[in-house]
Amino acid sequence: MTIAPDAPAYTGPIAHLTRDDIEQLGRELDAIRQEVIDTRGERDAAYIHKVIKVQRSLELGSRAVLLASIFPPAFVVGTVGLSIAKILDNMEIGHNIMHGQWDWMRDPKIHSTVWEWDNASTSEGWKHSHNELHHTYTNIVGKDNDLGWGIMRVDEEQRWTPSSLFQPAMNFINMCIFEYGIAAYDLELGRVIRQKKKGRRPTAEWQMAAKRTVAKIRRQAFKDYVAHPLVSMVTLSGPTTLLANVIANFTRNVWTHSVIMCGHFPEGVETFELKDIPENETRGEWYVRQMLGSANISGSKFLHVMSGNLSHQIEHHIFPDLPSNRYAEIAPKVRALFDKYDLNYHTAPMPQQVASAWHKVVRLSLPNGFLESTNVRNAPKQVVKLVKAVRGDTRTRRRLLKEFEAAGAASVGKAI
Amino acid sequence: MAEISTSPALFAPGEVRRPALRERLSRKVWGVAEKIATPLAPADYLDMFNPLRPGADLRGRVVKVTPETADAATIEIKPGADWNGHTPGQYVRVGVDVNGVRHWRAYSLTHGPRKDGLISITVKAVPDGKVSSHLVRRLRPGKIVHLEQAAGDFVLPSDLRGHKFLMVTAGSGVTPVIGMLRNLFPVTDEGVVEHQRLDVTVVHVAPSRPDSIFIRNLESLAEAGAIRLVTRYTGTEGRIDIDTLTELVPDLRERKAYACGPAGLLDNLQAWYDEAGLPLQTEQFRLATVVTSEGGTVAFTGKTVDAPGDKPILDAAEEAGVLMPSGCRMGICFGCVLPMKEGAVRDLRNGELTVARPGETGPDGVPIQTCISAAAGECVIDHPAS
Repeated sequence: MTIAPDAPAYTGPIAHLTRDDIEQLGRELDAIRQEVIDTRGERDAAYIHKVIKVQRSLELGSRAVLLASIFPPAFVVGTVGLSIAKILDNMEIGHNIMHGQWDWMRDPKIHSTVWEWDNASTSEGWKHSHNELHHTYTNIVGKDNDLGWGIMRVDEEQRWTPSSLFQPAMNFINMCIFEYGIAAYDLELGRVIRQKKKGRRPTAEWQMAAKRTVAKIRRQAFKDYVAHPLVSMVTLSGPTTLLANVIANFTRNVWTHSVIMCGHFPEGVETFELKDIPENETRGEWYVRQMLGSANISGSKFLHVMSGNLSHQIEHHIFPDLPSNRYAEIAPKVRALFDKYDLNYHTAPMPQQVASAWHKVVRLSLPNGFLESTNVRNAPKQVVKLVKAVRGDTRTRRRLLKEFEAAGAASVGKAI
Repeated sequence: MAEISTSPALFAPGEVRRPALRERLSRKVWGVAEKIATPLAPADYLDMFNPLRPGADLRGRVVKVTPETADAATIEIKPGADWNGHTPGQYVRVGVDVNGVRHWRAYSLTHGPRKDGLISITVKAVPDGKVSSHLVRRLRPGKIVHLEQAAGDFVLPSDLRGHKFLMVTAGSGVTPVIGMLRNLFPVTDEGVVEHQRLDVTVVHVAPSRPDSIFIRNLESLAEAGAIRLVTRYTGTEGRIDIDTLTELVPDLRERKAYACGPAGLLDNLQAWYDEAGLPLQTEQFRLATVVTSEGGTVAFTGKTVDAPGDKPILDAAEEAGVLMPSGCRMGICFGCVLPMKEGAVRDLRNGELTVARPGETGPDGVPIQTCISAAAGECVIDHPAS
């Protein structure tokens, strides 16, 4: 694809912008960033200190209450408290500190280089796959592992295969065991297994990382599933404490998975093909990719804190290193820029965003056009055709996929 | 250790083993606590209740802030349980959060070791001094500050007999000297207790009397005959030079000399003493400033690299063959952060300067993102070159 000198790097939702527009937009975003940096100070430091204090008190308190978890009210209170504590640790505290959002305080204890979180994934592995890969190559298919975590089809242009049909189930399982899912994908387990099949041995560096991850998982599991239940045995509350820890970890997994799905998966969020990204992507172009590749969740202050302010995913992706408590403050200014440059600021309440994300997962588990061209009347016929596509040889499948796509396009056209 | 092992006959066998057992036990308990607290450390939780407990990182709680002059104050601090004490004349490095950012500064301890276990520093707010202004004007009792153990060899000899002393102090350079004097001549309600017969001359240099911290303490020591005080108020009497000093203190050469003050005065004194072949003990209370420029050099452990002002240190170092940690190369992933021990860098995105002055940064330097930072002076980065 050749690009006219004045045309944007990729077409679609930014076709109406010139290169100058994009660079001007970049400068305006830089100004917003600078404004926050210039006023960053005591108030922000007090905020993160307070959140950390609340989290630690909540964790201590909940664990203390769980010592009496043989009594149902204590079990309920302790479990709810511990779940919230774990979510705060992972989201508003861990995620953001490891992003370097609080490095400017020069506090050696609250620093991206030393922070460790209550999660199976090591902070080191996570920082590489998340900060370095996901935030740099946001929503570029094949480059950004976060996009479908390397196990899902998230874009129409990715080839559909029969195994795509399993992806809603895979996504559901991943949601339930999300902390282990993250640990596995931080290690790029899928890639390493594929290479092993080809007879290539993993590097020594990878083996070290794997060893550290296993050690971390062991420490985490021992704490939640052995040490604390054992302490609770004094009051015969061992089994209930164990159950409380299982529930808290499960709740944290489901919650974090859902929040993260809302960030990039809802219908209408853009994904990008590597071939469309210019080799020397400018800061303005990078900004635009972040703006179009993210979606926000609207809601209460409590929701923002519990989501680690990833409810302001757009602001976070534009400025990943600004303190999270500032995202809500700059959101109106960022949104005004979306309006000014006629871009779509993707935001909706959480249930809507979660549903939309799941809709995309299901839709793309099926061949392009299948869902659009299926209604109650033709459903049996469509399913038979789908089975044929699964069972048939490559040529049959290719033909049927084309038919689905054409039917889908036709029915969408009719609807309009 | 020695006390226990000298006469084992005094202890029953079980008692001799007890400390070891207790230590083993406490190590076990701590090990269990670590397993329960992971991924945090037990200390993170204990610090919530008692940040001054034994075993904690060294901290202190501000007990009292007393104004000394219009822009100086004495801060009394209760140090953590692991404070090792100090010798008068030594300084302590204090870490304090100013506008959310941790800063470290060294201050002389202005009391000898006190019965109540408190330590005190006296701080003068210097113009544009972020930290000193904060300490003098905004610090309140109850606030926790970070400390390091006392350090410095600006101290009196352990045996004072047979010595005559000269102490030259300029401005807030009086602080370590007042620490020494207070220890030598304790003050009670009845006045100065002179419990040692010593010959001490103090030459104090300041712009004016009201500008002088501790001038009343010095004057009352002089009135009690404990010291001979010579003041020089440069606002009205002009600057002091070596000739005036030898005039004011005729037996200068016989005195063991101590000097504390700004660099200019100390350099002049040092030159004169060196020429005369006499020893001089000095303490500089304001550290050398870092000279900033466009570009500069970056010293890694084992190699120094030239780094232009428009190029990220990461690129310059890699081109010179240094193995660097790196990530996104655009300032967002924090995978390239390294500690700068000394020097200045400029953020290539907005031109902002980050400066690491030796003595004024944390024990581990200032972490910088090398992928968006260009050298703005001579930098020292704690990272092996190969």
